[in-house]
Amino acid sequence: MARSFDYVRYPYVRSRDQDAATPAHHPVVVTGGGMAGLAFAVDMASKGVPAVVLDDNDRVSVGSRSICVAKRTLEIFGRLGVGDRCLEKGVTWSAGKVLRGDRLLYAFDLAPEEGRGRPAFVNLQQYYVETFLVDRFRELGSGGPRWLHRVTDVAPDGDRVMLAIDTPEGPYRLTCDWLVAADGVKSTVRAALGLPFVGETFHDCFLIVDAVMKSDVPGERRFWFDPGFHDGGSALLHRQPDDVWRIDLQLGPEADRDEEMKEEAILPRLRAMLGEDAEFAIDWASLYTFQCRRLERFRHGRVLFVGDSAHTVSPFGARGGNGGVQDADNLAWKLAAVLAGEADEALLDSYDAERIPAADENILNSTRATDFIAPRNPAMALFREAVLDLAERHAFARAFVNSGRLSTACRYPDSPLNTGDGAVEDGVAPGGPAPDAPVRIDGRDGWLLDRLGGEFRLLRFGEPLDGVDLNQICVGRDIADAEGFVASRYAGARGVTYLVRPDQYVAARWIDPVPAGIEAARRRALGHA
Amino acid sequence: MLATEPRLERPDDVYEALIEAQRDLNPADAERFRARLILLLANRVGDDEAVLAAIAEAAASPRG
Repeated sequence: MARSFDYVRYPYVRSRDQDAATPAHHPVVVTGGGMAGLAFAVDMASKGVPAVVLDDNDRVSVGSRSICVAKRTLEIFGRLGVGDRCLEKGVTWSAGKVLRGDRLLYAFDLAPEEGRGRPAFVNLQQYYVETFLVDRFRELGSGGPRWLHRVTDVAPDGDRVMLAIDTPEGPYRLTCDWLVAADGVKSTVRAALGLPFVGETFHDCFLIVDAVMKSDVPGERRFWFDPGFHDGGSALLHRQPDDVWRIDLQLGPEADRDEEMKEEAILPRLRAMLGEDAEFAIDWASLYTFQCRRLERFRHGRVLFVGDSAHTVSPFGARGGNGGVQDADNLAWKLAAVLAGEADEALLDSYDAERIPAADENILNSTRATDFIAPRNPAMALFREAVLDLAERHAFARAFVNSGRLSTACRYPDSPLNTGDGAVEDGVAPGGPAPDAPVRIDGRDGWLLDRLGGEFRLLRFGEPLDGVDLNQICVGRDIADAEGFVASRYAGARGVTYLVRPDQYVAARWIDPVPAGIEAARRRALGHA
Repeated sequence: MLATEPRLERPDDVYEALIEAQRDLNPADAERFRARLILLLANRVGDDEAVLAAIAEAAASPRG
């Protein structure tokens, strides 16, 4: 466990379900109270759907793990009510340096363009993110996750799923209509269903260390290829809150796992990197190899996989935690619509249609980064060195340098939920995430995404439309586009109208649509053919 | 999109410069030189489709 973080040991609580004569039944059960499972449960709770979360542990993430929270995740967290806490606690960063040996190749700054709302990234330890989500889940009226309720077996049975659960007080059973498997890369549910997890395993071993250190080094991301201080390939240094620094050292395929995890092996490596005079303490350490794998499908009848149980990537590019939260964001409104009778089960197939390409994009990006950092064949090694030879003097070559293509929001241009594009140039095409923009609401500064909220909305430039059974947000009437960012990002001219889904993705857009067309698009976005 | 008609004014000079640049290099350095050159030229072409077509053509061209 991280030493700098004051872990709450959440108490095991006996559930009434454990005393039921026959297995109690719940509409939705989530296995796994990690980032994806908690985000999903909070999203459901915010829609008034209680989800039972089962966790085999009694505390949040043991290490800092997924530290880089991307803009899209911050937007989702904003909708879920934990965005401000993440921003407040997190280290906002945008600058970075790429070094080769001890030499600076180049520096970059991903500073967000004006009026973009949430930053491109904040660094925040996973234990904070999970703590905020647990707090929010309780705030929304749930009792919180059922800690130390460990799922031991899962069996789909017709229109329900049977669960066997173990607790400190012995086993019990539950049934549910829908099981959301958020139980991580070693998913019990995936194993119980005997589902293959297809992809590649990489053999290079990496040491990941959090060090507590007072330092004047800014919160920028530093990445070294072949660092002078470390014999083994690459190194990463990145700041987290609480004076915790993330250090990542490539050790190669031959590393002795037991030896490398000893403090006497780690300390000299850190001293070489941070300097003999640096005062630091090891907060947490882990040794890992990568896998880039996924399930062939994420929906298996009434079992839906989110996060690492569905797909796993290398850490370069921050696509694990961020990908899992985006899964949850995609699935929650769909399952809520099915439970409310607004949509048929078929809507859930669109979770596969949208999130499998997203997972493939994440796997592709993280595989490419891993191959650049740890080349697997002579051609990869040759071109990597050639790129680095050129990158110091030539900007074009920096585009090839790949120490992780950082996660951005996925697009679903081919989603079956989209309605064909209605002749708007520029702006946001169907299947794209709705961009944020500063607006004024009732004379106060605010953000468009906060105003869009978590239901179907019509975003319209001009007067409201009659005969539309949807909450309409009219630019000029409900929000003032004082700085013009809404108009520029949405190609807003009089009559331009967007249908925005509950996950704040654009489902359709038109110029001067008729109510019947809007209703047809809404039905399509709910999976009705 | 892949222009394969003759486009250089002084092909003999260019060809000679290519060879000359590698004459004193050991095989590893020569290979690295060629990789850098490919990257510089790919960027100079400035057209992703043309570069991809050139890669495909280079891979497909028969060897003697």
